[in-house]
Amino acid sequence: MSALLDVKGLTVEFATRRGTVQAVKRIDLEVARGETVGVVGESGSGKSVTSYAVMRILDRAGRIADGSVAFSGLDLTAASERQMTDLRGREISMIFQNPRMALNPIRKVGRQIEDVLRRHAQAGSMDARAKAIEMLSQVKIARPEERYHAYPFELSGGMCQRIVIALALACRPQLLIADEPTTGLDVTTQKAVMDLVSELTRARGMSTILITHDLGLAAAYCDKVVVMKKGEVVETAAAREVFAAPKDDYTRRLMRATPRPGSTLRGLLPPEIAAAPNPPATVTGEVLLKVENLVKEYPRQGVSKSWAQMFGRGPAAEPETPFRAVDGISFEIRRGESLGLVGESGCGKSTTSMMVMRLTDPTSGAITLGGDDIGAIPARSFAASKHRRRIQMVFQDPTDSLNPRFTAVRAIADPLMRMGSLKGRDALRARCEELATLVGLPLDLLDRFPHQLSGGQKARVGIARAIALDPELVILDEPTAALDVSVQAVVLNLLDDLKAKLGMSYLFVSHDLHVVRLLCDRVIVMRQGRIVEEGTSEKVLEAPDAAYTRELIAAIPHPPV
Amino acid sequence: MRAIARRLVTIVPTLIGVVIVTFLLTRVLPGDPAAYFAGPTADQASIDQIRAALGLDKPLPVQFLAYVKDLATGTLGAALSTGQPVLNELKARLPASAELTLTALLISMSIAIPLGILAAVKEGSFIDHVCRVVTTAGVSLPVFFTGLLFVYVFYYLLGWAPAPVGRLDVYFSEPARVTGFFTIDSLIAGDLETFRAALAQLALPAATLALFSLAPIARMTRASMLSVLSSEFIRTARAAGLRSRTVILGYAFRNAMLPVVTTLGMVFSFLLGANVLVEKVFAWPGVGSFAVEALIQSDYAPVQGFVLAMALLYVALNLTIDLLYGLIDPRVRLEA
Repeated sequence: MSALLDVKGLTVEFATRRGTVQAVKRIDLEVARGETVGVVGESGSGKSVTSYAVMRILDRAGRIADGSVAFSGLDLTAASERQMTDLRGREISMIFQNPRMALNPIRKVGRQIEDVLRRHAQAGSMDARAKAIEMLSQVKIARPEERYHAYPFELSGGMCQRIVIALALACRPQLLIADEPTTGLDVTTQKAVMDLVSELTRARGMSTILITHDLGLAAAYCDKVVVMKKGEVVETAAAREVFAAPKDDYTRRLMRATPRPGSTLRGLLPPEIAAAPNPPATVTGEVLLKVENLVKEYPRQGVSKSWAQMFGRGPAAEPETPFRAVDGISFEIRRGESLGLVGESGCGKSTTSMMVMRLTDPTSGAITLGGDDIGAIPARSFAASKHRRRIQMVFQDPTDSLNPRFTAVRAIADPLMRMGSLKGRDALRARCEELATLVGLPLDLLDRFPHQLSGGQKARVGIARAIALDPELVILDEPTAALDVSVQAVVLNLLDDLKAKLGMSYLFVSHDLHVVRLLCDRVIVMRQGRIVEEGTSEKVLEAPDAAYTRELIAAIPHPPV
Repeated sequence: MRAIARRLVTIVPTLIGVVIVTFLLTRVLPGDPAAYFAGPTADQASIDQIRAALGLDKPLPVQFLAYVKDLATGTLGAALSTGQPVLNELKARLPASAELTLTALLISMSIAIPLGILAAVKEGSFIDHVCRVVTTAGVSLPVFFTGLLFVYVFYYLLGWAPAPVGRLDVYFSEPARVTGFFTIDSLIAGDLETFRAALAQLALPAATLALFSLAPIARMTRASMLSVLSSEFIRTARAAGLRSRTVILGYAFRNAMLPVVTTLGMVFSFLLGANVLVEKVFAWPGVGSFAVEALIQSDYAPVQGFVLAMALLYVALNLTIDLLYGLIDPRVRLEA
């Protein structure tokens, strides 16, 4: 049987200011009917561009320079735009990363599904609504009649992705291209969404291309895996073979860098640069951070804010109980220790870190840092407090957390200038160079702006900035979530080295239990503002007590060990 | 409905502020109305006499109270120059200004919005450059210049337009007053001749103003469309095979409309102010020229009346825009 999709020698070029750039170079890709093919690679590997080229929805600057894309025998590179709009959505459809952004924000989701159904004459004005509701129930949305009238902003990320899936599958296409469909979703949501996709596509005998940076996801859901690197295919093989015996060097490196049960921090790095493991951190008995009965309440989003309240005439008639984002949690971090704070979105882990960082005020509870009651200092005046320099933070998005108009050296010098005692340009520069060396940032990059740096380099700048004042506690808020696995491996190792060298303590906030295990001595699992499990990393991952922890661990896809 | 009511309540402090500020501003203006109306040859005694008659010799708080009392009874005072009550003057002149401004805005929107959409969809094409040239020309030419140029070309050289002598040629009589808009009133009266004449008078000044307001609307439409067109849900819509017409008009334009509506509101208020010059050039009996004359003569009552009327209009305009937001974007509705 011939392949449903047969891509041969596809080359995609982009016209940029510095001339044409080949984003995809002569790649071959074959998808048989009913097959699920994973396209795996890191950012810049050209995996998304390939799919856009197949759909012919490249940006204006991009064009297919060479090669052929045969779909059911029809050459898509030669098809007219009219033919393509007929094919899109009916024969080939696509689901995207960031589902909330992928839906029209001001149109009811049901109407958006109807638009597609009507466009491809799958429904008329009489039955469109019924069919849209039917699609909603197929993607397992509870109360579909009600949800038909919802706007995307009223739905959770997982729900929005279900809507996008409903949209893509409404016209029963033969091929589904899923471009990082679960990036940014929680692990349990990811599992639910991926299970839904594979169930629906299997039931309909559809073919799927799953584009992902996550080898674990590809291993769990694909029949065949194509590994891409810098616009080229480096390896194509059955999924089982790729993971059992990766042939290409690059695939092997990717495999190594993906954290999974049993891997070690050093083991993530390519063998040629792996150093000796750090000596186990010297955790002294001294408690650095002590959090007791921390509570953060938010008023519920109510429509009625009474007049009396608005005019400050005392509290209004007691409304419903406020929402508790953090509901009475207590924990300690000792000097030199790193504590992982794990949970899904909305569990209160970020609120907790914000309160420890003294960016928001707790409703009640105490926070003490090395014996000083920092919880008593209002968040508004904490920036001027002498304790401020003792806590620093590394943020999730290395790009967004750097001022785009500051050079790297200016960004690193910022805390020094605000709170440090160094005076004079030369002293500052020297300290920044020292810090850059410490985090492994080449000195010649110091005068560059964030947009001239790679993701890993920006992460290093963010870390250098955080350690500039020799803090005692560093809060790491998903510091590697936006990075490729190979870069993540390097950054995690860097963080571990720095901790050993500088004797800091870490509060590591993450959704990824495997990453947390590598870096942290102890782990706290949070759910709905409460701690459900607490213990050493090994114990929590290998013998979890709480059912929720087990569920979390089971939901993480990983390549076979 | 409750949202509207709540929104209306927030207007009250604004209005109180406007009343106070207009009162104070007219008082700090240089110039003494008493001296002005007494004439250049008057002696101090007669100036003082006039001042007492106008109530200007009393302390400011007392004057202010009197002003507020007048307002509460619906009196805006009389214009010293004409002797007419200000309210009547405004009633007669406001529709003239409003008709001119609204027509200009309609013309401008019907050209600028499609132009902006086209320029965004075909970015970098010929039409994009046309859009750029037209909008640049529109803002860089002052309205009195384009007004005079139009009069010169269309009235003097070509003779297509009637003489720029106000709202209606002398041979026609005003239609029965319903809305105060001559074009609409004449249609209501079924008088096509008058309608045509009113329209002919309106064409040049409206076009002048429209050219001026073209630029912000077209630019904002283009910029807003460009950012929406590059967003991810447009890619989804394209990947679902929706026709480009649906994608551009149904999906992109509705999302791009919020900033455009904001601009429309701003442009409308600019126009209300900017048409003073156009009214002068075309001898248009609007509120703008009325207010400027009053201001030159330090005639307090008409200036206060004018500013108050403008403030009310502006408040009403903002309310309309806020309501439009809610219609366009469900997310705004939630916050209201």
